[in-house]
Amino acid sequence: MGQITLKQVTKSFGDVQVIPPLDLTIGDGEFTVFVGPSGCGKSTLLRLIAGLEDITTGHIEIDGKDATDLVPAKRGLAMVFQSYALYPHMSVRKNIAFPLKMAKMDAAEIDKRITNAASVLNLTDYLDRRPGQLSGGQRQRVAIGRAIVREPAAFLFDEPLSNLDAALRVGMRLEISELHERLKTTMIYVTHDQVEAMTMADKIVVLRAGHIEQVGSPLELYHKPRNEFVAGFIGSPKMNIFGGAEAQKYGGASAGIRPEHIDVSMSDGTWKGKVGVAEHLGSDTFIHVHDTGLADMVTVRITGDISVRHGDTIYLTPQLDQMHKFDAQGLRIE
Amino acid sequence: MARAVTPQRKLINTGLAWAIGLLIFFPILWTILTSFKTEAQAIASPPIFLGFDWTLENYGVVMERSDYGRFLMNSIIIAGGSTILGLIVAVPAAWSMAFVPSRRTKDILLWMLSTKMLPAVGVLYPIYLLFIQLGLLDSRAGLVVVMMLINLPIIVWMLYTYFREIPAEILEAARMDGATLKEEVLYILTPMAIPGIASTMLLNFILAWNEAFWTLNLTAVNAAPLTAFIASYSSPEGLFFAKLSAASTMAIAPILILGWFSQKQLVRGLTFGAVK
Amino acid sequence: MATKASRSAARLMMGPAVILLLGWMLVPLIMTLWFSFRTYLPLRGGDQGWTGFDNYVRFVSSSAFWPAVQTTLVIVLGVLVITVCLGILLAILLDQPMWGQGIVRILVIAPFFVMPTVSALVWKNMFMDPVNGLFAHLWRFFGAEPVSWLSDAAMPSIIMIVSWQWLPFATLILLTAIQSLDSEQLEAAEMDGAPHLKRFFYIILPHLSRAITIVLLIQTIFLLAIFAEIFVTTGGAFGTRTLSYLIFQRVLESQNVGLGSAGGVYAIILANIVAIFLMRIVGKNLDN
Repeated sequence: MGQITLKQVTKSFGDVQVIPPLDLTIGDGEFTVFVGPSGCGKSTLLRLIAGLEDITTGHIEIDGKDATDLVPAKRGLAMVFQSYALYPHMSVRKNIAFPLKMAKMDAAEIDKRITNAASVLNLTDYLDRRPGQLSGGQRQRVAIGRAIVREPAAFLFDEPLSNLDAALRVGMRLEISELHERLKTTMIYVTHDQVEAMTMADKIVVLRAGHIEQVGSPLELYHKPRNEFVAGFIGSPKMNIFGGAEAQKYGGASAGIRPEHIDVSMSDGTWKGKVGVAEHLGSDTFIHVHDTGLADMVTVRITGDISVRHGDTIYLTPQLDQMHKFDAQGLRIE
Repeated sequence: MARAVTPQRKLINTGLAWAIGLLIFFPILWTILTSFKTEAQAIASPPIFLGFDWTLENYGVVMERSDYGRFLMNSIIIAGGSTILGLIVAVPAAWSMAFVPSRRTKDILLWMLSTKMLPAVGVLYPIYLLFIQLGLLDSRAGLVVVMMLINLPIIVWMLYTYFREIPAEILEAARMDGATLKEEVLYILTPMAIPGIASTMLLNFILAWNEAFWTLNLTAVNAAPLTAFIASYSSPEGLFFAKLSAASTMAIAPILILGWFSQKQLVRGLTFGAVK
Repeated sequence: MATKASRSAARLMMGPAVILLLGWMLVPLIMTLWFSFRTYLPLRGGDQGWTGFDNYVRFVSSSAFWPAVQTTLVIVLGVLVITVCLGILLAILLDQPMWGQGIVRILVIAPFFVMPTVSALVWKNMFMDPVNGLFAHLWRFFGAEPVSWLSDAAMPSIIMIVSWQWLPFATLILLTAIQSLDSEQLEAAEMDGAPHLKRFFYIILPHLSRAITIVLLIQTIFLLAIFAEIFVTTGGAFGTRTLSYLIFQRVLESQNVGLGSAGGVYAIILANIVAIFLMRIVGKNLDN
C-alpha cells in the first residue's frame, strides 16, 4: 500500500510554470528523495502530492486511485514539516492524538497507538510537555510520531532536518532510515542536501527548475550521472568538470573527474599545478590545486594524510576508467 | 538599550520621568481625589490636596440621581456586544486574508481602513433616518451594530496582524491530519491566536466604551451609555466638582483598569504590527 | 499558495465583513448625496424638491465654511505636532535606565483610556474654570489675573486637551519602536565618534520614521472625527467650530438636512484626500 503515480503533472503560479509536465512513479515501500538546489520545485512537488496545492493539469494516483481532486485529509498521507509544525498549545500527547481524534478513533485505540509511538520514538517521558519545552530533536520526533500513528499510505518529509544542528542531523538521519526499515512504508523525502539523499534513499529524483534531471539509485547517480548538472550536484566534494582541448582529448565537449579518482604525485603525472589550500580532515585530505589549465581550481581527495604545502608543485593523474564525458548539450557520453 | 549608567544619571532619569509621569496623570488623580471631597472642599481656595475629610457621599448622590447602573449596563452591553459581534464577522475574514492572500488582499485591507476615515457627521442624518425607519433609535441593538461597524476595520486589521504571525505550516499540518476548515479554525488557529484575540477584544471594547459621537446622537434614555451619563454633567451640574468627579471616576475606572492590563498588546495591535 | 477549495472558502469567509462594510459605506453615502441636492428641512416643510447645486454653493459661501476648514486643520496639525514631538522626547526619556519604569509607563498611558467626554468635562470645569479651576488658583497664587481659557484662548485650550489625550498613544508606540532599536547600532555610532545629537538625528530618528508615520495615520483618523471635546467644552463657539461640528450644527441644530448633507459631501472629499495620502504611506509600510 502506497504507490504514488504522477501523470503529466504541471503546476503554474499565475503565468509562471514552476513544474513543466512531469511523470513519476514512486513504488510501494520505496524511500524516495527529491533533491535539487533551492527553487528547483522539489517542495512544490511534495505539496502537490500532499494536496496542499492544486495541480494545474495532469493526474495524481495513490494506490491506483485518482487522488487529483481529493483534499489533503482524504489522501491518507502524513507529512513532517520543515518547522515541525507542532501545535504549540497542545501537549505532546495531544499533538500525536490530534490526527486520530480528527479520524474519530476511539479513546482506547488512540491511547494504545500513542503509547506505542512514544516508546518507539523515546518520547514516553515527554508526553505531557508542551512543544516549547522540547529540544529540536525531540520536536522532530514528535512530528514523526504524529505522522506514524495514523499508519498512512506514505510519509512526506519536507526538509525535516534543516533546522537541526550538524550532530543531531546525522543522528536523526539514521533514525529515519531505521524507521523506514521497520515500517516499510513509502516515504518521500525532500532535501537540498545531497549527502542526505545519498545516505537515505532507495531512489533519488534530481530536480532542476521543475524538470526531473535523473531518477535512479544513489550509486547509479554517482557512477552514471546522466548529464553535467547531476554530475556536479551529486558527490562531495564536487566533481571537477572542465571543457576545451583537454576535454576533447578524452572524447567529449566537456569531461569530469571526481576528486577521489585523481592520483597525486610530487614528481610526474598528466597535469601539473600548484597547491592552494590543503584541508586536513585526518581520514582524508582535500587539496585544492590551481594553475592546472583545466579549471580555476581542481579538487583532489587523498585518503589519509599527505604533507603538502601552499605553493608546492603537484602532479595529478586521473583514473581513466572513472572519467565522465559529456557532449555539447551536457549529456553523458558512454 | 539597557546600558549601565552611573547611579547619579539613573537618579536624574528617575526623577524627571516620575515628575512628567505624575504631571500627565495628575488630572486623573485630581479627579479621583476630588470625588472623595465635599463640594465645599472641592472648590476651596487654596485647593486642598490630601488633607480633607474623605467622604463617599458624592458617589451615593450620583448613583441615586442618575441611575448609574442603567448607564453602566448599557455601556457594557454596547461595548461587549459590538466586540463579540465584530469578532464573529472578523475572525473568518482575517483568516482568509492572512492564510489565503490574493493580489487584492492588501487593497481590501486598505479600503476597510479607509471606511474608518469617512466623517461620521457626513452620514449622521441618513443613519438617523434609517434608525427611525427600523425602529432602532435609542435601542441597544442599534448601537451594538453601529459600534461593530465603525470598529470592524480595526478588528480585522488587528486580527490579520496576529494571524499572520502564525506559521501557515501549522495550519497545513492540521489539514494533513484530517481537520476540516471548521476544526482547523476552532482547534488550531483560535487557541493559538488567543493572546491576539484577547487584546483585539480589549482595544475594541475600550474604543466602543469611549465612543461619543454615535452614542450621544443615537440614544436618548433607554440605550444611553456612560458617555451620555457624563455629558449630562456638562452644565450646570459641572460646577459641582465633587459630584462631577465621582461620576467621572465611575465612568472611566473600568476601562482604565482594563487598559493598563493590556497596554503592551495594544501597541502591536494598533500599529497593525508595523511597530514591534 | 493554496488550493481552489481554500480559495473559495476564503472568499466565502471574507464575504460578511466586506458586504457589511460596503453597505455601511454606500447606503448612507448615497442618501447623503441625494439629500445634498434637495431642499430638506425636516421641521419646516420637509422635503421640498430638487435644488441642484444650491446647497453646495451655500455651504461654501457661508461665512462659517472657511474658518471651519481652517479650525479643523489647525486642530489636527497642532495636536499631531505636539504629540509627535513631545512623544519622541518622552519615549527617549522613558527608555533610559530608571527605577519604577513600569509604573511611570502606566501613569503616562492612562489619559488614552479616559472617555473624551470625561476628559473634556474635567478639563473644562476643574482646571480651566476661571473662578474655581485649578489654573485660576495657580494664576492667583502668582498674582496674575485668571484666564477664561475656553473663551479667551479656546483653540489652544482644545488643542491642549486633545493633545493630553493622544500624547500617551504617541509615546507608547514610539517607545516600543525605540526599544526595538539595535543597541549595537548606537554603540557602533558611538565608537565612530558621533555625539549625542548626531546619534539622535542619524540613527534614532530614521529608525522611528515608520512608527511616526503610523502615529500620524492613526491619530489623523481619530482627530478628523473629534466631536465630544468640542461638544462638551465650547459647543463650537469662540472659533472652535470644526468642519464636522459645523455640519453637525446644520443638520441637528438648524435642521437643514440638505445643506448639512452638502457639507457632509465636502467633509467626505476632504477625508478622502487625507486618506489617499495616508494609505500610500501605510501601503508602503506593509510591503516589508
